Amino acid sequence: MATETLIWLIPLPPLLAFFLIVLFTNKNKALSHSVAVGAAFLSWLGAMIVFVRALGVEHFGKEPFADAINWLPTGVTAPGSTETLWLKIGVLIDPLSAAVLFFVAWTVLMIFIYSVGYHNYGQPAGDHDHAGLPPHGATVEEHGHKHVVPSIEPMYSRFFAFIGLFAFGMYTLVVSDNLLTLFVGWEIMGLCSYLLIGFWFGKVSARNAAIKAFMTTRIGDVFMLLGIAFLYKATGTLTYREIFTEETLHLLSTTITPVFGLSAAGLIAILLFIGTIGKSAQFPLHVWLPDAMEGPTPVSAMIHAATMVSAGVYAVIRMFPLLSAGWHDGAALTPAMTFVAFIGAFTAIFAATIAVAQNDIKRVLAYSTISQLGFMIAAIGMGAYIAAVFHLITHAFFKALLFLGSGSVIHGMEHGVLHTGNHSVDPQDMFNMGGLRKKMPVTFWTFLIGGFALSGFPIVTAGFWSKDEILADAFANGHMVIFITLAVAAFMTAFYTMRQITLTFLGEARTKEAEHAQENKWTMTAPLVVLSVFAIGYGWVGIPEHFPLLGGLVPNWFHEFVGGTLAEHPPVLEFRWEPLVTSLFVALGGLGLGWLVYRNVTEKNPELDPMKKALGFIHTLLKNKYYFDEAYNFLFVQPALWFSEVFVSKWMDKGVIDGILHIFGPATGGIGYAIRNWFDVPVVNEFFGDGSANVTYSIGKNLRPIQTGRIQQYLILSLIILAVIGGLIFALLVRSA
Amino acid sequence: MDFLNTHLLSLILFLPTIAALVMFFLPSGETKLLRWFAFCASLIPFALTLFLWRNFDPNTTGFQFQVTYPWYEALHSSLHLGVDGISLSMVLLTTLLTPLAILASFSVTDRVKPYMMLFLFLETGMLGVFMSLDLLIFFVFWEIGLVPMYFLINQWGSANRNYASLKFMIYTMGGSLGLLLAIQMLGVYFQSYDLQYIMQQWNSQATDTVLLGMSIYTVKKIAFWAFTIAFAVKVPLWPFHTWLPDAHTEAPTAGSMLLAGVLLKLGAYGFIRLVLPLYPVEAKMFAGALAFLAVAAIIFGAFAALGQTDFKRLVAYSSINHMGFVVLGIAAAAIAYGTPDAHIAMNGAVLQMFNHGLSAAGMFFLVGVIYERTHTRNLEEFGGLFPLVPVYGGILIFMSMASLGLPGLNGFVSEFMVVRGAFPVLTVYTAISMLGLLFTGAYILKGIMKVLHGPVNEHWAHGEHKLTEINTREIFVAVPLMALILVIGIWPSWLVEVINKAVVALF
Repeated sequence: MATETLIWLIPLPPLLAFFLIVLFTNKNKALSHSVAVGAAFLSWLGAMIVFVRALGVEHFGKEPFADAINWLPTGVTAPGSTETLWLKIGVLIDPLSAAVLFFVAWTVLMIFIYSVGYHNYGQPAGDHDHAGLPPHGATVEEHGHKHVVPSIEPMYSRFFAFIGLFAFGMYTLVVSDNLLTLFVGWEIMGLCSYLLIGFWFGKVSARNAAIKAFMTTRIGDVFMLLGIAFLYKATGTLTYREIFTEETLHLLSTTITPVFGLSAAGLIAILLFIGTIGKSAQFPLHVWLPDAMEGPTPVSAMIHAATMVSAGVYAVIRMFPLLSAGWHDGAALTPAMTFVAFIGAFTAIFAATIAVAQNDIKRVLAYSTISQLGFMIAAIGMGAYIAAVFHLITHAFFKALLFLGSGSVIHGMEHGVLHTGNHSVDPQDMFNMGGLRKKMPVTFWTFLIGGFALSGFPIVTAGFWSKDEILADAFANGHMVIFITLAVAAFMTAFYTMRQITLTFLGEARTKEAEHAQENKWTMTAPLVVLSVFAIGYGWVGIPEHFPLLGGLVPNWFHEFVGGTLAEHPPVLEFRWEPLVTSLFVALGGLGLGWLVYRNVTEKNPELDPMKKALGFIHTLLKNKYYFDEAYNFLFVQPALWFSEVFVSKWMDKGVIDGILHIFGPATGGIGYAIRNWFDVPVVNEFFGDGSANVTYSIGKNLRPIQTGRIQQYLILSLIILAVIGGLIFALLVRSA
Repeated sequence: MDFLNTHLLSLILFLPTIAALVMFFLPSGETKLLRWFAFCASLIPFALTLFLWRNFDPNTTGFQFQVTYPWYEALHSSLHLGVDGISLSMVLLTTLLTPLAILASFSVTDRVKPYMMLFLFLETGMLGVFMSLDLLIFFVFWEIGLVPMYFLINQWGSANRNYASLKFMIYTMGGSLGLLLAIQMLGVYFQSYDLQYIMQQWNSQATDTVLLGMSIYTVKKIAFWAFTIAFAVKVPLWPFHTWLPDAHTEAPTAGSMLLAGVLLKLGAYGFIRLVLPLYPVEAKMFAGALAFLAVAAIIFGAFAALGQTDFKRLVAYSSINHMGFVVLGIAAAAIAYGTPDAHIAMNGAVLQMFNHGLSAAGMFFLVGVIYERTHTRNLEEFGGLFPLVPVYGGILIFMSMASLGLPGLNGFVSEFMVVRGAFPVLTVYTAISMLGLLFTGAYILKGIMKVLHGPVNEHWAHGEHKLTEINTREIFVAVPLMALILVIGIWPSWLVEVINKAVVALF
């Protein structure tokens, strides 16, 4: 099959799976998951074929796979012409999207397989389960005594339909050659994240989290839509390769807009970037992501690793030529780039501080995700293009691994909870765990790999190479503020990661439930193993050429390949000792400190967190996420509700506008009344109508006495009248003449 | 076949009326017969419209399938019909929604015969507006449409129907007074009501022409506002909108479907067909004001929708919000007249009319489905219904997303085009309208949350209150709408191509 045709087809199987499951197979759980996993496999296969073919093309950056069709008529090509002007949409696989496609395909497939086990396929239906709530377990009788085992998710098929649609959105976004279809995929994912975070819609917290996620990201989206409209107007196209030509970029970077004196390129890039702030949960729109943990764990992995948040970073990376228009390597950052770098670096450290004080295993990872995305954003903001892509990919692998691992831990803990029957124990609270390494060995080792990769454990893990590259880049280009900020953030990352590993897996079990936790089925553990291979191995494709000892042993394929996306290949950095030492120190130091502080926690009471003693009220501040939720609620949500419920609905519409309208009724009535009472009745009726009758009547009545019937009297009257008339005639006519 | 080709428009236009008259002689008690008769009768114009669509040549500029019948010779008015790409898409929308509305009304048991007859009369009234090429005829149909709707609300509506129907009738008629006077002025001045003739003459008048003792500039300005107010009330634009939530809330389900689906489009269509071509200079001059009102409708419509506790009122306000985008596109086209921005904005506006017709009809229908079962529209009494009615819930989420303008569904395409077209010429207004787009999300999600999500609703789960799932007939009403929503979202060019050619020729 032609590669272009294949690329068109890649997103379709999961979409087809969505429709098949919703319309036909939803009653049959086995069939539904087969359809979904099969579809994910087909897309994976297509992606791998495309990827391998891409590797075989020399100068792939210059000659990518691309194809486009006419989609939307938008007027005519020239005034007076009858030829329709089309907005085209199409597919494009260049080095960047090939690399992204690779990790998306792998993580998506793994998540699909994992979901089968996570939602307890093969288990009996629950005793009291119903749609909208997580399964509560089923009682079974075995060897004469009853015990409770996990029960299958009541909306099992629906879950697979949703993640199918989600995968479709992500694949669409990646293979798009233009911003419009990118935005389509982007928003479809937004819908799916809403549906999936609110998957257990019967829980009020999940329902609210879903709305929060959708609305917060939508704030970014409307800005992005404006940016797309602006870009479309300014360039007449939305296709990347038509926008990223030298003359278009030059034109955009030299056109000055009235907004803060930014260039058109800068303003468009910032508008588009605000979309990313929402989607990738950057400060100040980060608040939705931790709440998104209300969804089932595979969803967290989908959202936080493989797809949605990566999509946000991918979009900025994609728009890098626009963002950096007018900038060249080594020059001072443009205002737009500075803005991006600032948001990224600030988010990186800001979220890392919050992660230190969280006790929910998934929430730690959520904040860690926000922080790591900040690293990437900061990297792209300071022009470290390849480092950003590299960290995006390694992070996707190890964060998917960590989320799925945490899901495995929770699942194992739920097993313990069902065993003891004590439902007051929160299976997600790390203080209720401990010692799980013995109970869940596969989960432990893979989680350890993921955690070390996240911390940037030297040499072995992929996270080290990608994070080190970002730090090296910041240092080499003299962005010292960013360098220090990110280094501190990296230190905290290592610290909270080790805190998490120690509390969860090391030491002894702190609860009965943790004692009875058990390892999960292969459908859950196999994806962990596969992902941990990438969490280690993917780093080796991007070892810098000049790295001591290792450099040059393996070619720096990543730099060569992905760098080809840009018009000018980014230069290779010179090796410097300072960032390497920093990166070694923060990783090992953070890990070591984390272990030292938390190795002796033996009580399940989270009040005894050693950091709580050390930090005091700051810990409370961090634990409550700097009170952003409360502040936003007070500043934005409540005023908006008041404005709509009271101001617009009651005061404006019902009060003022309808009030004025209702005046018309009484007013016209009043006018009618006035006319009747002051004119019709007195003037017309009484004066003219009745009046004329009365006058005639009274005249008649008064004249009656003279109607005597006597001739003599009539004659006398006639004579008098005649005399009067004659006199009048004489006086008026004769005398005046 | 020849007869069909030459009389196609008049057939589509008058078949519903003929059917209604035939219905008059059918026995009143045979409700089943009456329903099916009305439904089948309304399918014929739809089939003919498909035939019309197939034979319509988008590449020919000007009106096609024109027919002229003598009507009121003394006034120089004739029944002159014709369609171009813009009116054709509206005719399609009307003939599609009418059968669906009738099908949705199968559950009506009260006085079925007059009810169905009124719907068929209504269809003729609406189609007449879209097909007229004669100003007087346009006005006649414009007003005729009100009468059946008045009675539908007044006779088959819910509790507060007298107030709502009166408000609807008086407001729209009051708004149209200026329109009538302005049309008469044109008719007397030109000794003709023929739209194409007037358009040609009106804009080529000598600049020193004196009309009614005033300069032609002044007359045009006054007439522009006379037209505009009539159409603004119908669209409705802020602040002329308050009749709409009342009328919608009280109207029977199918009435709301057509009210939102088609009747509101009459106003927007008036802007496109009459205001912009007849008053290009004035439209450009006052486009800022129009855009202001449109943005006010978008924003206040969204906020007001968010503030409702009545499900139907929420959806009603969403119409104000969405129709605001139509007028924003029209205002942008008025400013950018003759440029690519105008084309894309106007394409977006017309497509938005079509799209809103589908999604609003769908939303009102779904509100009706649940109202019929629960006899309440109060959002506070719902919640947690998803497990009880999963199919209904799925359809509701789909329709809500269409209304929200989710990319991949139809509303996005048109809103995107409007935003793109308006952005260069009405930058600030477009940017502000994004606030409305944001809160579109808020009220849509509120609707879903309040109806479907949350802990399972015990009140509607058992016993006599047990909520029943959407039935097959109702699914048949929703499916064509959903299919079109999806098709236009994924592949809009079959429709936009037709609109685009007409838009390019006109603007």
